[in-house]
Amino acid sequence: MISVVLPAHLRTIAGVSGDVQLDVAPPVTQRSILDALEARYPVLRGTIRDHVTQERRAFVRFFACQEDLSHESPDAPLPDAVASGAEPFMIVGAIAGG
Amino acid sequence: MSKVRVLVGTRKGAFILESDGKRQKWDVSGPHFAGWELYHLKGSPADPNRLYASQTSGWFGQMIQRSNDGGKTWEAMDNKFVYDGVPGTHQWYDGKPHPWEFKRVWHLEPSLTDPDKVYAGVEDAALFHSTDGGKSWQELPGLRGHGTGPRWQPGAGGMCLHTILLDPSNHSRIYIAISAAGAFRSDDAGVTWKAINQGLRSEYIPDPTAEVGHCVHRIAQHKSRPNTLFMQKHWDVLRSDNAGDLWKEVNGNLPDDAGKRGFGFVIDVHAHEPETIYVVPIKSDSQHFPHDGKLRVYRSKTGGNEWEPLTKGLPQQDCYVNVLRDAMAIESLDSCGVYFGTTGGQVYASADAGDSWAPIVRDLPAVLSVEVQTLA
Repeated sequence: MISVVLPAHLRTIAGVSGDVQLDVAPPVTQRSILDALEARYPVLRGTIRDHVTQERRAFVRFFACQEDLSHESPDAPLPDAVASGAEPFMIVGAIAGG
Repeated sequence: MSKVRVLVGTRKGAFILESDGKRQKWDVSGPHFAGWELYHLKGSPADPNRLYASQTSGWFGQMIQRSNDGGKTWEAMDNKFVYDGVPGTHQWYDGKPHPWEFKRVWHLEPSLTDPDKVYAGVEDAALFHSTDGGKSWQELPGLRGHGTGPRWQPGAGGMCLHTILLDPSNHSRIYIAISAAGAFRSDDAGVTWKAINQGLRSEYIPDPTAEVGHCVHRIAQHKSRPNTLFMQKHWDVLRSDNAGDLWKEVNGNLPDDAGKRGFGFVIDVHAHEPETIYVVPIKSDSQHFPHDGKLRVYRSKTGGNEWEPLTKGLPQQDCYVNVLRDAMAIESLDSCGVYFGTTGGQVYASADAGDSWAPIVRDLPAVLSVEVQTLA
């Protein structure tokens, strides 16, 4: 199982209280995780990536294993620790604004 | 006894203020959607418990919320606003072509007759509608496809479609306004559009009387006189008596502002007196706070030109808030309540058509929009 950490606003929107556990078939990538997340919680469509381009929204970041993976290809395999569920895939609202 | 429900959108959530017909004691609920910008909330005239809300965030984009119980519970609806066909370009701030990009919903206008039908005015400027209660959205592309579209340009607040008026006497007629393109009218339910900016004069564009390019801030209409429109422009208050075909300035004795008059954002019409209108003059170009630190609503009982300042109950010193374009509303109780919200977080109410005012709340986040419902 993949563990996904959502920012507080998206937990509220999705109606979840903690981390989200997802079954994702390999290869585990940003795209496959987000596809599974949006399939489970359709209300999150458009909040993390653009409806049309499927690109990450500008002020959303993806972290895992103490690294910023935001600029990696959405189809690049994620670290084994994420794929195995040992480390979470973190979706983070960037520090910006007031 | 009738009840009143005020829907307030702020920079950090929505608030619902309710009172009986006396409008003296208020119940406040909220924040709903805490931390999100609520650009606009509005109830369906056909079903007052059906509310629509535009919830938006610089981080997480656009959400549309719907309530079927007057705001007690909410349900997220479809948030997919996709321009019809190849979007094309409008002008950017530097005058270069810039692709149309959806940013947010500024205004939601429910149908006068069908609770499941609602229009959405968005940035970058376009008009969408839903006929299934917000479950899906389709653009009415004839507006953006108006021949002048490539010449539209954003104002300082973005290129937003912020005003939608549905003609109560002619369901095929819709008015919209865009900053900074101007006002447009459709006579075929949104399929085709006509620019209605004749009579507007804007010194901040190269051709002050151009067909488009005017920064219209707001339009208002009284349901009994649908061909009479009142406009608050970036400078100048105007009226039209022929459905927007020709406008004339009615600044009259509004406060002088370095030789100009009539800057402000809101304008609205008395519920029972179609020639009684309200504006809140704001000092410009860049200051955007009340003249002399005095928050004054100006009322004209003659459809413009002759204005009286309304001050009773409003701060008359050291007040430097703004009143944004969607932040004034009128209800239809016999004495006609008038409401407006400020960027300082106050929502002021008058239960006597503006003669006197009192704050319902003082310390909300900056107010973006105010709507009011008169409930049986």
